[in-house]
Amino acid sequence: MSPSTDPRAVSSQAAFQGLGVAGVSVSLGGRRVLDDVSLHVAPDEAVALLGPSGVGKSTLLRVVAGLVTPDAGVVTWDGSDIGDVPAHRRRIGLVFQDAVLFPHRDVAGNVGYGLDVAGVPEVERRSEVDRLLELVDLAGLGERPVDTLSGGQAQRVALARALAARPRLLLLDEPFGALDRDLRDRLGVEVRDLLRSLGVPAVHVTHDAGEAALVADRVLALVPGAHGARLEG
Amino acid sequence: MDRDVGPGDVALTVLDSLRGPVGVQVTPTGGQPRIQPPRGRVFGWLPVIFIGVFFAWPLVTVLSRSLSARGVDVLLSGATWRIVGFTTMQAVLSTVLTLAVGLPAAYAMQRLNFRGRRLVLALLTVPFVLPTVVVGASFRALLPTAWDGTLAAILVAHVFFNLAVVIRVVGGFWAHLDDRYEQAARTLGAGPITVWRTVTWPLLRPAVLAAAGLVFLFTFTSFGVVLVLGGPTTTTLEVEIYRRTVQLFDLPGAAMLCILQMSAVLIVIVVATRLQRRLTVRQRLSRSGVARRPARSTADRLLLGVTLVEAGLVALPLLALARASLRVGDGWGLDWWRALSVDGPSTRDVAAWQSLRVSLSYAVVTVLIAVAVGGAAACAIAYARRGGDALDSALTLPLGTSAVTVGFGLLITFAVPPFDLRGSAIIVPIGHALVAIPLVVRTVLPVLRAMDPRLREVAATLGASPGRSWRSVDLPVLSRALGVGAGFAAAVSLGEFGATSFLARADAPTLPVQIGRLLARPGEVNSGQAAALSVVLVVVTALAVIVTERLRTPGSGSL
Repeated sequence: MSPSTDPRAVSSQAAFQGLGVAGVSVSLGGRRVLDDVSLHVAPDEAVALLGPSGVGKSTLLRVVAGLVTPDAGVVTWDGSDIGDVPAHRRRIGLVFQDAVLFPHRDVAGNVGYGLDVAGVPEVERRSEVDRLLELVDLAGLGERPVDTLSGGQAQRVALARALAARPRLLLLDEPFGALDRDLRDRLGVEVRDLLRSLGVPAVHVTHDAGEAALVADRVLALVPGAHGARLEG
Repeated sequence: MDRDVGPGDVALTVLDSLRGPVGVQVTPTGGQPRIQPPRGRVFGWLPVIFIGVFFAWPLVTVLSRSLSARGVDVLLSGATWRIVGFTTMQAVLSTVLTLAVGLPAAYAMQRLNFRGRRLVLALLTVPFVLPTVVVGASFRALLPTAWDGTLAAILVAHVFFNLAVVIRVVGGFWAHLDDRYEQAARTLGAGPITVWRTVTWPLLRPAVLAAAGLVFLFTFTSFGVVLVLGGPTTTTLEVEIYRRTVQLFDLPGAAMLCILQMSAVLIVIVVATRLQRRLTVRQRLSRSGVARRPARSTADRLLLGVTLVEAGLVALPLLALARASLRVGDGWGLDWWRALSVDGPSTRDVAAWQSLRVSLSYAVVTVLIAVAVGGAAACAIAYARRGGDALDSALTLPLGTSAVTVGFGLLITFAVPPFDLRGSAIIVPIGHALVAIPLVVRTVLPVLRAMDPRLREVAATLGASPGRSWRSVDLPVLSRALGVGAGFAAAVSLGEFGATSFLARADAPTLPVQIGRLLARPGEVNSGQAAALSVVLVVVTALAVIVTERLRTPGSGSL
């Protein structure tokens, strides 16, 4: 399906502000993972994407982030197709399930990475990193090697790192999946409030309905189908 | 380290054995041995005595020979330091070039998926397992005569030979480097070049350094290639040691050069290990390896193209060798093959064919020694409560010492009464076994360590004595691994050149030594025979390796 001839892309998605996904299908290794998935996320909204593990939630996020090219369908931002925009120019942040902090950089080096590659001068970068670390409740830990952090701390660093790059949309891929229940709920609320106060829209993937209700304004369910996962909402 | 060994996993086992000395831990090793030790000491005596007599004692002899007026003269002479300078310079250049050629291939082989990937990988790995004298003969056949004795010829052959080291060491690491680090960087605004500079390269650097260290050591101690392709001004320490011993009979001078070279190797190992430790990043490696993807981007296509061209180029020297064995004057013929069975003018010049018989019989004796000593050593290391690691390191030393030094040491220790073994046929296989034993240990040890100790306990509860339970439980598992080790030992023995050059009797040269002799003589009749005999050596080595790979079970010998 070519993007320009997809009726929904033209008639409905084009009008949306924020993220639009229309008719996205993905096959990986010969298996259809996503089948004709469409959704949209308004610029001030937090959406939870709920579904059993292995259903293709992560793949959908990777399509939006630009890390996976879909076989069909379009991804739009404020109505314009961003399918050809490479991941590093999309300004869409992604927080992985297990943080994926750069092992060769300390906490501040991780948080400041996006500013670093954007060429932000060092003085400015430092104060921004400090501000972000404070925001995620890790003030003063900038010098720590990342392998000394607890699971919760590592996720906070990953969040600060993603926010530092000034994303227009943040994707969270089961960011607290590896943490225990109490911590997961507390961090979930913290992150929701933080993103709301910063005005950053978010897509929050989880397989836990309770967590989904807690962190999002709207919950969408990705359900497995005979020909890959489909969205219900 | 003139490691003349046969294809496939032989090479990889050599690399794995050497990785320790250079201080690289690329893949996580298995758990603690769960062996209920029977009697490690019973097995320990044989390897300790063997290494002591045939490695440690010769080294002491070399050291004491070097400490003489003549030795000091050589140490202080300008000519010596010019050779040290050239040896270092060509090793540095070889290393840089091999990395430049090998890194794109390491990436393409491990990160990209394409048709014929296995074939390309096999092609790129084969050179490393060719006997070095065959590498020399191939490039003699390939390159125009104007290249004889030039630095360029040596460099090209070294790149050809060591490409597999970079592909194996760096590629093996790259395959397990979690690609989500790169993806995280991309979502944070880093373009392809920035991702490479800020994420991939810093994480990959320790593996690149490890590969560079190995290539530097291999080329610093390169013997066969330089002996065949080098000239009067392009000579390395290894070749100079040989020249002083065989042509000038300057044993104290040669001994001093051995010491000089071992010191240099030791310094390189220490520096590389330090640097490595400083650069190593604790990171989670992807256990199953990162999925390979099709080459879609322009950069991927370019790197894949470069790799395919390299694989094609790698085949050229071997094709040139086959061609040279059939090219007679301006036409084609089997003249050189027929000449192999004709005796030379003097009684010492036996027909070249005879060297095949000599090589095969040495290989048999080497296999017997290496399997007995290596098997005993593996048992001793596996069962030992303490001292196992020390024995393991001691056994790896001959592999880390240059083959020329091993050969020279054996020569000056056992070629004089009352231990004159030079006349006997045993000294050559002993030299080969020193190189082969670490490989046998590497093959057998993982199998022993993976064995469930409860089996032995079951045997004991069923009334088996310790000896009986070892024979009925351990030995059957061991025998297959020992078979693989035997194949490795045979491949080593068939291709070994550095040590054999010192030890072979004039009237009983091995295949590599005979090839070396033919190459040293002028004229088409000699170079043609050398090419034909090289083809024979490649075929025989390939057979040993194919048999070995057939015997291999998953898990044996892979570290």
